Amino acid sequence: MISANLSAVFYLVSGILFILALRGLSSPDTSRQGNYFGIAGMIIAIVVTFLSIGNFSTTLIYVIIFLIIGGTIGAFIAFKIPMTAMPELVAGFHSLVGLAAVFVAIAAFLNPEAFNLGATGDIKLASLIEMSIGAAVGAITFSGSIIAFLKLRGIMSGSPITFGGQHFLNLFLGIAIFVLIFFLCKSQSANIFWTVIIISFLVGVLLIIPIGGADMPVVISMLNSYSGWAAAGIGFTLENTALIITGALVGSSGAILSYIMCKAMNRSFASVILGGFGADNSSEDTKEKKDQKPVKSGNAEDAAFLMKNASSVIIVPGYGMAVAQAQHALREMVDKLKKNDIKVTYAIHPVAGRMPGHMNVLLAEANVPYDEVFELEDINNDFANSDVAFVIGANDVTNPVAKTDPKSPIFGMPVLDVEKCKSVLFVKRSLSPGYAGIDNELFYKDNTLMLFADAKKMTEDIVKNLD
Amino acid sequence: MEIDPFIFRFSIFILSIFIGYYVVWSVTPSLHTPLMSVTNAISSVIIVGAIVAALAGSAENVFETSSIFGFIAIVLAAINIFGGFLVTQRMLQMYKKKKDKKK
Repeated sequence: MISANLSAVFYLVSGILFILALRGLSSPDTSRQGNYFGIAGMIIAIVVTFLSIGNFSTTLIYVIIFLIIGGTIGAFIAFKIPMTAMPELVAGFHSLVGLAAVFVAIAAFLNPEAFNLGATGDIKLASLIEMSIGAAVGAITFSGSIIAFLKLRGIMSGSPITFGGQHFLNLFLGIAIFVLIFFLCKSQSANIFWTVIIISFLVGVLLIIPIGGADMPVVISMLNSYSGWAAAGIGFTLENTALIITGALVGSSGAILSYIMCKAMNRSFASVILGGFGADNSSEDTKEKKDQKPVKSGNAEDAAFLMKNASSVIIVPGYGMAVAQAQHALREMVDKLKKNDIKVTYAIHPVAGRMPGHMNVLLAEANVPYDEVFELEDINNDFANSDVAFVIGANDVTNPVAKTDPKSPIFGMPVLDVEKCKSVLFVKRSLSPGYAGIDNELFYKDNTLMLFADAKKMTEDIVKNLD
Repeated sequence: MEIDPFIFRFSIFILSIFIGYYVVWSVTPSLHTPLMSVTNAISSVIIVGAIVAALAGSAENVFETSSIFGFIAIVLAAINIFGGFLVTQRMLQMYKKKKDKKK
């Protein structure tokens, strides 16, 4: 058994290792090393916890058995999961952190002696507040992440679910949680504690159901943030520095990502949370206009011809590429183009896909070197000097209406200037609008060629035609 | 008057938020997905609380109500720790530069 002071020092060390793990992610070169720091931090935290309790009875064997059960499941998932399923995996993992926080809080409430928090029915006031906040945030994270998971997995429709008075209900429930925690502190009543958790589960569901599919990058980042705050709340209860540091790191990390995602969509955080965006609001007259406007559509042969004669091509991937799993075919196409001395780069919009960095991971999986992949602000000026923009499964992030029409719901959103390219190839299944529910005027431009097909099939056909 | 230990913990908390702020801004956008999966893994350090709860049961009665919650939390957090770190590792292995390309 080691002293409380010594174990506190070790917890600090593991907190610092976690900071270094995040620091490593500043470049792909240092990132792998960073991940090892993270693993080391985790091992230290777990070993120190065993040593500080010093209870090496049969219970310990059970603890290790359960640890191995969880670890095996986790490792199995990590190796089996396809890269296209990363968004739902991350959402699923968030839900587990949330639920673990709830369960630790419950255990602490039922058996405060084990945690040095006072006696049952007489828990220290500060600890009671901390554990109920931790439990509430954890419960919101859990049920919110489950809904996000179901939406990303396609089990639940990605379209927003709204009903009258929804925001008032959320506000009311939010206030109710605080009022109940206040009474919990006065009465130490277990029933109130359970009620707080149940209401929080409900709030999590209500918070996420009105948010549409295209806003998922914000939702995932936000839930990431919540899972951090839940961990920090529990960290205060357990007076554990490692947990407090980690919770704060993860909390601010998720908050920054949410901010970046909102900025990339030119939307305020509040409007994303209030939801309803991406509902079917395409009015009658836009539908009529669509029928009248001529569209140039082509086939794989035309596309191959255009690209063969280009000297530079920029590829703009979007969620459609992920759905069609077209990244490997795309890479094959690019290899063929490179053999013909055509310069190929990739342009990635921050909100392309369903989570931050989603496209980068898929391209990396297809062995695309990361120094050929550029972010919006680094590549946007290159479109004017390029011959072909190959838009595969992206839509709203290329819509020039964001720059021209102040009435458009996406006005002001930073977009990729693909229309400045000499010609634009659009791989899309139909003319249907994207998640924002608005028409893309790019489809009707003279220099746009629409390739109506599944992204993977079309890319494979182009590859054949490039020979 | 003595300072409440809570204030010290609160100071650590606030300073860590600032560290997180600066560290996360320096993360390259192409690694945002690994960032999410690794933050997921490290926030599962909540397992230390779960272990304390699970070990609180007596030798005769390993599975008390409170320790059962601890045991379930151990499984949940362990899934996250192993899953989170391993999937991050798997992703990071894929990020390669041009010159690393094997031909």
